[in-house]
Amino acid sequence: MSAPPANASPKRRAPTKRLMAPSVLFLLVWMIVPLAMTLYYSFQDYNLMMPDMRGFAGGLSYELLFTDPVFWDALLNTLLLVATCLLVTVVAGLALALLFNRTFVGRGIARTLAISPFFVMPVVTGLIWKYMLLDPVYGLFSWVMRSVGLEPVQWLSSYPLLSVVMMISWEWTPFALLILLTGLQSLPEDQLEAVRLDGANRWQEFRHIVLPHLGQVLYVVIMLESIFFLTSFAEIYATTSGGPGTATTNLPYYIYLGAFFQYDIGLSSAAAIGAVVLANIFAIFLIRFVAGNLNAGSQR
Amino acid sequence: MAIVELKGVAKRYDSAPGRKGNDHANAVEDFNLTTKDGEFVVLVGPSGCGKSTTMRMIAGLEHNTAGEIRINGKDVSNVEPRDRDIAMVFQSYALYPHMSVYHNMAFALELKKTPKDEVKQRVQEAARILDIEHLLDRKPRALSGGQRQRVALGRALVRQPQVFLMDEPLSNLDARLRVEMRAEITRLHRRLGVTTFYVTHDQTEAMTMGQRIVVMRDGRIQQIDTPYNLYERPVNRFVAGFIGTPSMNFLQADRQGDTLKGEGFSCPLNPRQQAALEGGGQRSRCWLGIRPEHLHQVEESGGRGRLEGVIEVIEPLGPVTMAQVRAGETLITAQLAAHLDVRIGDVLTLAFDPDHVHLFDIESDRTLGLEAYPATSSAQATA
Repeated sequence: MSAPPANASPKRRAPTKRLMAPSVLFLLVWMIVPLAMTLYYSFQDYNLMMPDMRGFAGGLSYELLFTDPVFWDALLNTLLLVATCLLVTVVAGLALALLFNRTFVGRGIARTLAISPFFVMPVVTGLIWKYMLLDPVYGLFSWVMRSVGLEPVQWLSSYPLLSVVMMISWEWTPFALLILLTGLQSLPEDQLEAVRLDGANRWQEFRHIVLPHLGQVLYVVIMLESIFFLTSFAEIYATTSGGPGTATTNLPYYIYLGAFFQYDIGLSSAAAIGAVVLANIFAIFLIRFVAGNLNAGSQR
Repeated sequence: MAIVELKGVAKRYDSAPGRKGNDHANAVEDFNLTTKDGEFVVLVGPSGCGKSTTMRMIAGLEHNTAGEIRINGKDVSNVEPRDRDIAMVFQSYALYPHMSVYHNMAFALELKKTPKDEVKQRVQEAARILDIEHLLDRKPRALSGGQRQRVALGRALVRQPQVFLMDEPLSNLDARLRVEMRAEITRLHRRLGVTTFYVTHDQTEAMTMGQRIVVMRDGRIQQIDTPYNLYERPVNRFVAGFIGTPSMNFLQADRQGDTLKGEGFSCPLNPRQQAALEGGGQRSRCWLGIRPEHLHQVEESGGRGRLEGVIEVIEPLGPVTMAQVRAGETLITAQLAAHLDVRIGDVLTLAFDPDHVHLFDIESDRTLGLEAYPATSSAQATA
């Protein structure tokens, strides 16, 4: 690996830019064009039921959006969903990763089984949970509850958001497990031995060596998962359809309803812009959090 | 300060499939050693001889499957590593990458809830001894290999443990730094007087640093002795060949009266050697061992041992020149004077003093007549 000399002439850099151009261009078209169109529609008076009544609407869509209580419900649901799913998947993923990092008989099979939910498509996940597990009549959960003499719970109507959280967490815990497990396996054994000789107990070993080692990996897991959780749609579509009422309507589902049930392209474009803003706020918080962590780390 | 006793210590790995090193059912067998207080003991041997395993058993990182390990009389075989009050320097240094040098060194003390002032004072003190005061704020990744090595030593030092363990701590350094750190560790040990175990595969390191050296092979102790005694009175052919560079030459010899003869050489036997060959039944054959530094180029050997062969390789080292000489089937290394006028292909006549010759049993490889060798007091050797 010979790095190019630091004083590489501009002549040598020029082709780099030209070679990068196609991919940058592609990315621009792929991202900027849809974003610009969404932004454009959000300022248009555009309802598919009244295709003739087009025109500039100013901030009307945004006014309608911010005064719509369902939008605020959807926003709250989105945040709740992301936060709880993150908490559950990261904690459960870390616990499972620690478990699967130990040696035991049949570990290979157990690992494969533990990771398998990740390969199930979101819609299928929704259907599996709706019919096989949560169904109050012939679902597995209700069978278990009945067999210990309890009244079965109407999961999807009594605890709709919790049900959705369970489905998404079930699907995504393997992802956290997989990434955290690779992180654990890259931890040098001699560091653990050194810390044991230094007098650390199991908890201190975890707190001072394992957790800092996983820092970067945890960041990757949280970053990727929050992006995916923000856009959860299929699980909700296949099970609760955003209900009962607005109990499980998150932002993506709200946008879907606006576009394909009210046919209001203007309003749902405005909501989409809201979702973009929300995603960016998340990203900023995460980057701040990570930067803060890195600084704190270097001060130690 | 501590006396470490190992009594019949053994390590047996279950031959689980896929497990490393399961072709050796016993990694260490019947290890017996009692250190003096503050002694510097070196464990040396070729790779896979069980020296590291022995050290890891003392540390508690491996469980001894038999025998007892006592520190100051207390059996620690079932004591957790963290309660043994032992500090270890790892070959890879095993510094904590996310902590500064200061925190790396202070970590063990902080776990023990040592008062902040004392921690600071002890870390500063260790940093001063090792000359790394200016590095305390850095992260390990911003250090060079030699600096990391010092931090790893410092981390062990601040703990003021009963026993130091060092597992090939110098093997990742370049040759010059290694010689420097060798002297530094020896100085440190003299200053602190903590009982130290040092593992290495490098016999030069072992000879220069150890007060006593344990030579191991295939999980078994071959000899425990002072550096001087290991060189002068090796108990068997393995130790004789392992200690000293270049290695001792071995020749198969037939006894003819009071002379040993073989391809290209002959050696008169002194009375001590004759007695050794006759002890435990008559021997007509044995191994003759002679070190390269005891071979001299001569025209006439005159009553001394004599060896003749064709030069195959010449390696000028500066102060001396090494020559590889073929005598019959065997390749002999001889240490010659620096500016010798010899060429590859020349026939070389070498002479040696019969008193420098070591004799080994042809089958068991044991040294013959060891008890009759001039004994050196260990006090003289360690001084």
